[in-house]
Amino acid sequence: MKLVVAIIRPEKLNEVLEALFKAEVRGLSISRVQGHGGETERVETYRGTTVKMELSEKVRLEIGVSDHFVEPTVRAILASARTGEVGDGKIFVLPVEKVYRIRTGEEDTAAVTPVA
Amino acid sequence: MKNLRLPAFLLALLAGLAFAEDPEFSAADTAWMLVATGLVLLMTPALAFFYGGLVRSKNVLNTMMMSFSALGFVAVAWALLGYSLALSGEGNFIGDLRYIFLNNVGLENKGAIASITIPHLLWMVFQGTFAIITAALVSGAVVERMRFPAFLLFITLWSLVVYAPLAKWVWGGGFLADLGAWDFAGGTVVHINAGIAALVAAMVLGVRKDFGRQAILPHSVPFVLLGAAFLWFGWFGFNAGSAWAASTSAGLALANTILAPAATIVAWSLIDLFRTGRVTAVGLATAIVVGLVVITPAAAFVSPLFALVMGAIGAFPSYYVLLWRARSGLDDSLDVFAAHGVAGMTGAILTGVFAQESVNGLFNGLIAGNPAQVLIQALAVLIAVAYSALATFVLLKLVGAITPLRASAKEEGLGMDVTQHGEEAYTSGEGAILVRSEAPLPAGKPKPAGGTD
Repeated sequence: MKLVVAIIRPEKLNEVLEALFKAEVRGLSISRVQGHGGETERVETYRGTTVKMELSEKVRLEIGVSDHFVEPTVRAILASARTGEVGDGKIFVLPVEKVYRIRTGEEDTAAVTPVA
Repeated sequence: MKNLRLPAFLLALLAGLAFAEDPEFSAADTAWMLVATGLVLLMTPALAFFYGGLVRSKNVLNTMMMSFSALGFVAVAWALLGYSLALSGEGNFIGDLRYIFLNNVGLENKGAIASITIPHLLWMVFQGTFAIITAALVSGAVVERMRFPAFLLFITLWSLVVYAPLAKWVWGGGFLADLGAWDFAGGTVVHINAGIAALVAAMVLGVRKDFGRQAILPHSVPFVLLGAAFLWFGWFGFNAGSAWAASTSAGLALANTILAPAATIVAWSLIDLFRTGRVTAVGLATAIVVGLVVITPAAAFVSPLFALVMGAIGAFPSYYVLLWRARSGLDDSLDVFAAHGVAGMTGAILTGVFAQESVNGLFNGLIAGNPAQVLIQALAVLIAVAYSALATFVLLKLVGAITPLRASAKEEGLGMDVTQHGEEAYTSGEGAILVRSEAPLPAGKPKPAGGTD
């Protein structure tokens, strides 16, 4: 089992969700986050006050998957979140020690398998 | 004086004055028209809130700026040239240049077109507020994707090339007025014109990159309701001010401007209830605008009871065109065509149905035994549609040849606020680092917001 954590562009979220859906990956959480990678700066101006926006808006996806789903999940995100410009984001694949489904008490692979 | 005939006649009769060659200056009329002009001006920032609420939060400033900038660009174009093209001279198709740069527009109660009882300058600027809102209305079709510089060039030229001639034809003693087509406060000049131009602009620009692929939802429905409220308030100046006097017909126009949208709200809500079991807020706000548009050409030509009827009937075509549009491949983003074009046509035709000489002192419609009026109204609608469509199309191609019309897909994805204006509507300030004035900005121009995320 792995936890796939992906940081992506907010405007790519819809395409990523579509791609994951097509890859039959279910069960994910998203959160809006702010962060900084290697992007070029963005300048905004408000009535003579000029500011550099150091943090940019991103979306973080967390997807718990069984091992044979890791590859399709990562491929789907890679293909759908890419623009080729700096700032497309990152995908982290983390080991997972234990998973429980709260409703049934199922464990591990059974707990990350979508309910039919 | 042929071309002066209709408006002068209209004014004299509607104002309840004895028909006179040179009406006297009236302090009462001037007082009302000062207020009405301010009311109509308010409609444009109101439209900014209406449209601004309907787009996604990353595009709200750009959308509102399209209306707010019309308050500058179109107003200046109007004062320098547009007014002279629209409302001067004896021509049937276009005005002459006698008022260019506001020459000969003074404080005497004299306009070239109409005998007026208010200062000429006030008359000019009242008419200017109509040109401003009409251009701003068109923006609803191109939001979330049109480059801002291209938009500025487009609406400035549009107010001169499309709006001014139509105003001349209908209100300036032009050939549509001679034909006997009646348009009290701008059903044809403002709403059909803006609706058709919006339709053409949406087709020329093409659909937004997310159109039909993801749900594009309004980011602030309260903004939409706020905008609708202030549009309605401003519309009292728009319709009742179109009597050009503090007169009985102004009173009738104001009453009808309350009653017709009220009936549209009721009819719209009932359609909503029967179709889906729920009345929506965006729908109700739309109904207000539709009702206002429907009554505009007829505001002082029909009785209050028929204003109610017109408002109720007017709900149907716009409602169903809205439903159709959302399913079609046409990205008229904020439904300017359905709300203004379709409702404008409905109102223009119904004016020919419900007008009564016993009410307006001028002409009869179908129900008063003059079916020909419906045909005349329909012909005027057709001519306005054809001219607005053709001229807008040519103008957009011209502007597109000078500067690209569309933002890149990347700019569109990032949002027009940051890419076109370097501002955000809802910013927390987190991660914003103050740039000291001694540290010069790169080339005085923000870098393209490109790789910022």
